[in-house]
Amino acid sequence: MASWTLFGLARGKATTSWPGAGAKDGQEGVLGMPRYDAEACREGCQECAAVCPTGAIQTRESELALDYGRCVVCQLCTEACPTGAMTPSNDWAFGVWDRQDLNLSDPGTRRDRPIGPESAFRRSLHIRHVDAGSCNGCESELQALNNPFYNLHRLGIFFTPSPRFADLLLVTGVVTNVMYEPLQAAYEAMPEPRWVMAVGTCAVSGGIAGGNYVCRTGLEGVLPVDVYLPGCPPNPAAIMAALLMFLDRAPQRVKGGRIDG
Amino acid sequence: MMGARAKQLSPADLRPRAKALRDAGGRLQFAYAWSPDGAAPEVRYVSAIPRQHEFEMWIVPGHRELPSLTPALPLIGWYEREMMDLYGVTFVGHPEPYPLVLHARGRSDIKGNGLNGLTNGRPRLPDIDAADVQHLPFGPIRADVLESAEFTFLYVGEHIIHYHPRLFFKHRGMEKSFEGADAQRGAVIAERVSAVGSVAHALAYCEAVERAAGCEAPPRAKALRMLLAELERLYNHLHYLGHLCHTTTLKVGEAQGKLLEETAKQLNARLTGSRFLRGVLTPGGLRRDLNPGKWLGDALESLREDYVVYAAKLELSESHLDRLITTGLLPEKVAFDQGATGPVERASGLDRDLRRDHPYAGYSDLPLTVTVLKEGDAYARERVRMAEIEASFILCQRILLLLEPGPARVECRPAPSTEGLGWAEGPRGSLFYAVHFGADGRLARVKIKSPSFSNWRAFPFTVHDSNMMDYAINEASFGLTVAGCDR
Ligand code: SF4
Repeated sequence: MASWTLFGLARGKATTSWPGAGAKDGQEGVLGMPRYDAEACREGCQECAAVCPTGAIQTRESELALDYGRCVVCQLCTEACPTGAMTPSNDWAFGVWDRQDLNLSDPGTRRDRPIGPESAFRRSLHIRHVDAGSCNGCESELQALNNPFYNLHRLGIFFTPSPRFADLLLVTGVVTNVMYEPLQAAYEAMPEPRWVMAVGTCAVSGGIAGGNYVCRTGLEGVLPVDVYLPGCPPNPAAIMAALLMFLDRAPQRVKGGRIDG
Repeated sequence: MMGARAKQLSPADLRPRAKALRDAGGRLQFAYAWSPDGAAPEVRYVSAIPRQHEFEMWIVPGHRELPSLTPALPLIGWYEREMMDLYGVTFVGHPEPYPLVLHARGRSDIKGNGLNGLTNGRPRLPDIDAADVQHLPFGPIRADVLESAEFTFLYVGEHIIHYHPRLFFKHRGMEKSFEGADAQRGAVIAERVSAVGSVAHALAYCEAVERAAGCEAPPRAKALRMLLAELERLYNHLHYLGHLCHTTTLKVGEAQGKLLEETAKQLNARLTGSRFLRGVLTPGGLRRDLNPGKWLGDALESLREDYVVYAAKLELSESHLDRLITTGLLPEKVAFDQGATGPVERASGLDRDLRRDHPYAGYSDLPLTVTVLKEGDAYARERVRMAEIEASFILCQRILLLLEPGPARVECRPAPSTEGLGWAEGPRGSLFYAVHFGADGRLARVKIKSPSFSNWRAFPFTVHDSNMMDYAINEASFGLTVAGCDR
């Protein structure tokens, strides 16, 4: 309709050019993973581990082991911490190739990027999404990728209805026992080479419901995962950053549980 | 139970009670079972009586077999089936006594955790033996980025004869996830039942816990809770309009609706640190005070101005309106009997809104307009939501204007073996939490009644005997979530 076309033109460009230099990522104020400062931590204190709903924080002898792959970003630990060792942050770009890189207790894991898909994807990427039992937060943010602000298409990245046209299987949710078979079937239907990305803490490790009477613990032991992106949910920019990392067009920012470390 | 007037009933009382409720124009809201200290399950029914603020709760303790109320009150059908699946209670005389949420399929090739061999209920389809009737199962993985659910269509040409949604692929056992948690952690779990209803879930949960504990959130916390609840309604309804335009193929309308939704979500993050407004509510008030400042009022006003222009254009787009008018008709009686809720029921002539009829948080102090339309079609459902967007903008400004300094949290520690009922009118309709604390002071049972559980039950009545081309539009016009329904 002509009037809508004019309306669209009059509105001008709404799309950010992020991750281009100087452009807005749209995540002002968004809280990400808690930061841990071992120096400030008091020995014997277990306040943060006690409040964490997913067991992301474990206390070992004198130090904490923090697994960002289990963190649902609830911020309870940052409120419970009496010494300021655990503080809120805006660190959300947590896409990694190696699950170990989400563990803060393993500094220096720092594995090199595996032989990846770079040669296969010079131009465009086609993704099949499967909801294997989410709270719909991840879907809400995946849907946002196609709104005019992020406009994922500009990066040559597309969602496709058929697994047969897909290069990447993007899985959200805890993987309920009932979704196990349909998920496997979607993976089997994909042509090789194929890759899998676990998006959201549920898909990475199970989140809140993982391991109960109807749920598995995310993709652990279900499918071989190439890229892990925890978050609850990961925001659209975090998903974009992980996809670009997968395409070798952006660096992995988290190593040994530390962002840009 | 705190929050409802409780009455102990015997199984023989149930049917006469149900009839009396129906004759009085009352409506069951939900029913659930729980096993106090591992004893035989106790079944509870919560109902709303016209012009009575307090809910009524019937308690029937210790029976494995009860008369089904579904023949008299159809909306309770799915609740009874869920209790059969999860608590082993039999409802005698149920018209559809089949599994809904879980179904033992007698195979153990999937090595899950805990109980194996369970799947979701299988569709029961009418026996139609005619060569020209096509059978189309679709899902559970659907095209596009969507939640998982499976739909079966029996159709001839374009005409749908019968439709069956098979849900609960996403049943995550969320109610069970609360068990053993303390009151504070419970709020974090409630926020993760259905992300796009995080505030409504946390609010109903927190008020249930506060009633159990006999405490009340301070005025500032109540005001900010309502602000967040209205911001949640805003971004959801804006998303709804964008998605509805997607199904009517109004491309610029889709883009603009989704851009307005994105703007609202970015405001959410600036205000709370979360695009889904999570991490603020806790039993007793707020986890931290929020300082909305002048910027929020200004940003909301500029969003409203954009919205008004957008809405006016939608109302002039004939290609869009043509697809909505008379599509997916839900008659008032079906809406009432099947338990439709929220904007869906209000578009079918039912004048109900928990914010006004059973005020919670601080809604009794706010000027609330409830928009009700008679037509019951997709267009009415769109217009009700449009009116609610305008009303939410007004409510937000009002709350910001009246916001007083003061504490945002009080101590809230429910005593052992207490219980409470909480509710909220979410963007999709009525939401209830019933919470029970055990002898150890931790959560022993949490029942969640979500709006989508109700509306999925009513939705198929608008699909039978309609046509394929309208299906996606009709589904979008209901604005359903799957996570909320499946839990
Ligand atoms: S923010 Fe993450 S690590 Fe901290 S308590 Fe919540 S889930 Fe656990």
